[in-house]
This record gives sequence, C-alpha cells and structure tokens, in this order.
Amino acid sequence: MSNMQTSPEAKVEERSSSNNKFFIWLQYFWANYSVIFAFIILFILASIASEHFLTPLNLTNMLRQISVIGILAIGMTFVILIGGIDLSVGSVLALTGTVVMASQVDFGASIFTAILFGLFAGLLVGLVNGLVITYGKIAAFITTLAMMTIARSAALYYADAGAISGLNSDYTIIGNEYLFGLPIPVYVFIIVVVISFILLEKTAFGRHIYAVGGNSRAAHLSAVPITRVTIAAYMICGLTAAIGAVIETSRLNSVSTSSSGSMYELDAIAAVIIGGTRLTGGQGKIIGTVFGILILAILSNIMNLMNISPYIQGAVKGAIILVAVLLQKRS
Amino acid sequence: MILEMKGIIKKFGNVVAINEVDFQLNEGEVHALVGENGAGKSTLMKIIAGVYQPDSGEIFVQGKKAAISSPSESQKLGISIIHQELNLIPYLTVSENIFLGREPKNLGFVDYKKMKRNTLELIKQFDLDLNPKALVKDLSIGEQQVVEILKALSLKPDILIMDEPTAVLTEKETSKLFELMQLLKKRNVSIIYISHRLPELKIICDKFTVLRDGKWVKTAEIQDFTEHDIANLMVGRELEDMYPSVPANIGKEILRVEGLTQSGHFNNINFSLKQGEILGFSGLIGAGRSELANAIFGGDPADEGEVYWKGKKIKYKSPIKAVQDGFGFATEDRKETGLILDMSIANNITLPSLKKYKRAGFVNKKSEYRDIQQQIKDLNIKLYNMYQAVKNLSGGNQQKVVLAKWLVADTEIFFFDEPTRGIDVGAKREIYHLISNLAKEGKGVIVISSELPELLGICNRILVMYNGEINGEFSHEEASEQVLMRKATGL
Repeated sequence: MSNMQTSPEAKVEERSSSNNKFFIWLQYFWANYSVIFAFIILFILASIASEHFLTPLNLTNMLRQISVIGILAIGMTFVILIGGIDLSVGSVLALTGTVVMASQVDFGASIFTAILFGLFAGLLVGLVNGLVITYGKIAAFITTLAMMTIARSAALYYADAGAISGLNSDYTIIGNEYLFGLPIPVYVFIIVVVISFILLEKTAFGRHIYAVGGNSRAAHLSAVPITRVTIAAYMICGLTAAIGAVIETSRLNSVSTSSSGSMYELDAIAAVIIGGTRLTGGQGKIIGTVFGILILAILSNIMNLMNISPYIQGAVKGAIILVAVLLQKRS
Repeated sequence: MILEMKGIIKKFGNVVAINEVDFQLNEGEVHALVGENGAGKSTLMKIIAGVYQPDSGEIFVQGKKAAISSPSESQKLGISIIHQELNLIPYLTVSENIFLGREPKNLGFVDYKKMKRNTLELIKQFDLDLNPKALVKDLSIGEQQVVEILKALSLKPDILIMDEPTAVLTEKETSKLFELMQLLKKRNVSIIYISHRLPELKIICDKFTVLRDGKWVKTAEIQDFTEHDIANLMVGRELEDMYPSVPANIGKEILRVEGLTQSGHFNNINFSLKQGEILGFSGLIGAGRSELANAIFGGDPADEGEVYWKGKKIKYKSPIKAVQDGFGFATEDRKETGLILDMSIANNITLPSLKKYKRAGFVNKKSEYRDIQQQIKDLNIKLYNMYQAVKNLSGGNQQKVVLAKWLVADTEIFFFDEPTRGIDVGAKREIYHLISNLAKEGKGVIVISSELPELLGICNRILVMYNGEINGEFSHEEASEQVLMRKATGL
C-alpha cells in the first residue's frame, strides 16, 4: 500500500532493521532458551557451594543418574508438545523392564532379543494409549492414568510383586560401563536427544507435532494427519520409557516390579515444564527439556553434597518448578 | 458534550499508536469511528475504557477532567464497552453471564430470583427474545452478541462503545441491533461505533471521525459524505476500482456436486463449478454454506450424495487427500481454524505442502523458504520477519498468510469462507484482486460471504442458500442485493 512509510508496522520494520535486531533476537532467545541462563547460574552457584561439585567423578555420576529420567522426559516432550500428557511412563518402565528381564530369565532369550521385546512392548503400550485417545476420544490424562495402573499391575502380577534378577552379567555392561570416560547411559541419552532434535526441527513430522499442539482443528484443515501424529507421539513416549527400562534394569541386572520407575512420570513432566515447553502444547524445544533435566539433576546433587535432608528436597524441587513457570510467564 | 479527548498521545515502545488525537462525543449521538486496521481505533477506545493510560493529553467526562486509571474507574464514569471478541462463559446461563462478578446477593448467597428478574427486565426493556436460563453455549453467535450488549447495558452506561458488533451478525440480527441502538439513543445514551462496514454507518450514525496511522483526519456529519468519500479518507488516497472485472475466460467443468446431504446442515445440494469461474454462496449465517464447503473438503464428510472432481468421483474422509488433489479451504475463522497462531508465518505458509519439500525424509528449508519469500513478496504481506508468530500480524495480513498457504500448495480449487471478515478497506481490495487473478489463471473459486456487495462485485454466478438448501441461482448480471436478500430469507 502507498501509505506504508507511515504505518506503525512500517515503523517497527525500520526500527528493527537498525539497532534493535539484536534486541529482538535476544527476546526470541530469552523466550525459547531462558532455561539455559538458569542452568548456567545454577551451575556456578553449585560450584561455589561445594568443592565436590565440580569434580569429574561427581559430574559423570550425576549425568548417569539423570539419563533414565532424561530419556523419559524427551519422550514426554513430544506428548506435551501435541497438548497431551503421559502419566503412564513410570509404570511402563516397570512393565517393559519386566518384559526384558523375564525374556532373559524365564524364556531364555538373548540380551539382544530381550531388549527388542522390551522396546516393542513400549511401542505397543504407546500405540494403545494413542488409539484410545484418538479413536476412543478419551482425555489423555484419564487414558494414561488408567494405563499407569494397568501397566504397573501387569508387572506386579507377573512377578508376584517381587523382583526378577538376571543371570547373564554381560547385560550389566549397558548400565555400568564407561566409554571414553563417560557412562554408557549418557551416550544413550545423547543419541535419543539428537534423534529427537532432528525429528522435531528438520522433518515434516516435527512441524506437524507443533501444528497439532498449536491448533489441532487448523492443523486438520491444513491436511496434517492429526490422528497419526498423535499416536506417533505416544508411541515415541512409550519407546523412551522402554529405553529407560533397559538402562535401569541393566544397572542392577534386576527389575523391581513394585518400585522401578515409580514417580518417574512426575520428574519427567517437571523437566519438560522447567525446560519451557507449554503444557497446552505447540511451543517448546528439545534443548529446553535437556536443560530442564540438568537443572533438576544439579539441584538434587548439590543438596545431597551439602547434606540437606532428603525430606526437604522435594519442597525445593517443587518451588523451583513454580519459579520456572512464573519466569516463563513473564517473558 | 459528554466526552472530550484533547491531544491524546499513546506510544508503545517507539511506535506512536495515537498521535495528538482530539475526539468529541455529544449526548445521545451515535458517533462512528473508522479507519484501517492499525489506525488506532481500538487503542483510543481502550484508553477510554481504562485499559491503557495515555502518555499525554486530557480527557473530560461530562465536563469534568477525568483520569481513567482502570476499567472499573471507567465503569464508574458511566462508560461501558462491548469488545470485538465475545467474552462470555459458555457453560453459564444468560443471566449469570450478564451479572458475572456483580451478582445480586442475599445473606452472602447469590440471589438467583433477583438476577433472573433483572435479566427479564432488561430483555423486556429492549423487546428481545431470549431465555435468561439458556446456557450461552446453546445460543447462536448473534444471540451471544445480544447477551454481550445486555451485559454492557446492565451497567446503565451513559457512554457505550461498540467495537465491530456486526462482524458476526446476520443481516436480520444487524437490523435488530440497529433498532436497539435507536432505542438507546432516545434514552440519551451516547454511542461510539466502530465498524468496517461503511454502508451501515450511513444508516445508524450521526457523525463520524476518521483516524489514519494514529492521527486524527476528519470529524463531520455523516450525511454530508458518501461511503466512497469515507473510504478515501480512511486510506488517504483515491480508492479506485474496489472490485476487479469479473473473470471472462471460463473453461471446463472441474467440480460437480450431486445430491449432497449432511443431516442437520444441508440437504440435496446440486451445483457445478468451471475453471476460471468465481462462484458465490450467499445466505444467512447457519444456512449451511460453511458446512457444505467443509464437507466437500473432507473436514466433516457428508452423509449422502456425490462429488465429482474433474469427472472423477471423490469422497474425502479427511482433508489430506483433498489437499493432494488440489483443494484449498480458507475457513471463515482465521484464528480458530485457519492458522496456527503461535507458529511462525513461514511454517504456517508451508504447513499443507511440506511433502513438496521432502528430501530424504528432511524438509529442504532452502527451497521451502524461497517459495515463502516469493509469496510474501507477491501478496505484499507486511511483516518484519517471517519467523515471527503469525498472531502478531493484522487481520488483513493474516488472511494473506492463509491465502499464501493454499497458493504454495498448488491449489486448483479455492474455497474462501468470509475472506474479508474484519479486515480493512485497503486489504479487502487487495484480496478481491488476488481472488480474481486466481480465476483468471484458470483456477476454480468458490466464495462464501455474508457481505452482499462483495459477492455482487466479484462473482460470475451466485447461489443462495436458505435453511440448508439452494434457494436460487443468479448470474452476475441478474443478481442484486434485493433478490439475494429475498432468497436468503426464504422468499
């Protein structure tokens, strides 16, 4: 239009083209990655607070400890990005862990086959969640709440609420060995992160995930296969639970059907939310979740190093979640 | 003079939204406030309503200087505003919505009897047909708008601000609204009326004020100016040829619909569309036009009947196959069904056509962004960065993003549902020319609109729907507002 030079939009344009480009970039960066600043500050504070924090042994231990929840949180990011939730991941970890151990112990499967069975079981549970949510039109919260009790109960029933311990010590390599100074679970976590990042940022599927979470009706009318995308998100989440289960069970060569994975879903959701992903979907980044989980890890690590009672640690974690969400609302 | 604003300035950052604007409102006057999107109308009204504080300038209400520091302050001064977007709670009743936050109480409990009595009084006072106990979710959009108006009136305001109240109303509901406004006028209520529909200003308003780019342009008696004059004042230049010439190069039939039926929405619909043709659908809101388009497109499949696409029978169960075949549907509600508001402009534009850019499983961003840049340039979409969220664009530019989306998807048949709702005159003109150019390139175009002049202006043919059925067909030459209106109301 001919009056473009004087319209307010045009003024914004002029402004941004000169000195404010940096400011706009900073705003964008803050909106998406403020969690990284929070992490850096926390990291510095932790280094000052305890001399034991910044030691290679402590840091690698910390990374190994968070890798299971971290992997779960990555799967959870997909589900929350489409505007869903998966409360079943902790129980699914126990169930798929049971599948992996039972395949080895009770059915004599090789480690490789047992792991494949476990991963397949995770995908299958995710598929069921996805089908019930899309075709059954039942809210994700209800569906996965039901799946949480069903999966846990199935594992408990199979093992009479006990543990299944493996006999083949080769299986413990995954959870316990190091490669070039880093624990193997950390590599698994990194691989999951990289693949998820590529899926979300570089593929049409990733674009569809954001579209479904942003506005599923508009996505539907833009030829986005919303049913398939939704099911896929829950399957990814189930798969990450199964990957977590492999690491967890390999650590002790055993699965405890009553306690494995218990409450993990809450930590995973917390990491995703601290990482800046919007609970209603459509906005969030994998990198955010990674730093969300790192923040949780440093917090519990430094509290342990400083001998803070484990009974009060939950309160601190809860407060951090609230602060993180409050800060994100500001930006 | 009941309201006077002097030298109002309001800045947002470095952007001057309102630049030394003067505004006067007399008692019992209906005063139109017009201007293109982004001209500053809403900002000015939000200053009166206490939502924004001006950076400088003075406001006088009934001769007394007023500092309107909050919306409740504004209410106390007798100012009531009806916002463009409906702010009702769907699962509360009509009367609960009207008295929300101001419920009459008895011993600390809500006095429902009194609330119902007060609501009935309001309804009777304005001679309306509305059940105070109905849930808002069960009302039509028009009725919801009436509830919104009653809510504003229950405050017994001296000054009533109406921000595009007719944007979602049918012609009938609009005329009802005008009767109501006449009644208010008689009771000495002063009304500030914001609308993009210039013809209705002539019917209902006494005076008008034009804003352009945040500056005051003109205030005058409305009878001394034609709609054309006002439109020119808004854009600041001669607005020649609002409508392009009607496409003349009609080709082969590409779409034929036979006996299409969806229970509760439309019944036994038959029509065909040719290449290069613009086919209009007229009718009242609820006549089944949007549902028909959505059914053909696969958004909500029809129950019975056949659709032929280039002679081949099709039955889409979802929009995925439809889009592959070359269908594009610009829905009536950009915000709810047209765009992913938090997504970037770029990602919105290529959402339906990502398949095109797939290379070994990945999206090829280079060729993708080349196409996006091309559309932004061709359609003259005003933005500062194609990665910015689409929600920050003005209505006209958002609509262009919707259009760009379907252009990138190599669409051969376009469904436009209310393509110019809520966008300003200048952008409307651009949209008309873009639609016309599509037809001239040989695409098939279907336009659903509640604005008769635009259908009359751009369509080769117009079908009128009434109560789910086609009640008339007119060529460009035969059609007139009168015959379309008669058919749309079932005559």
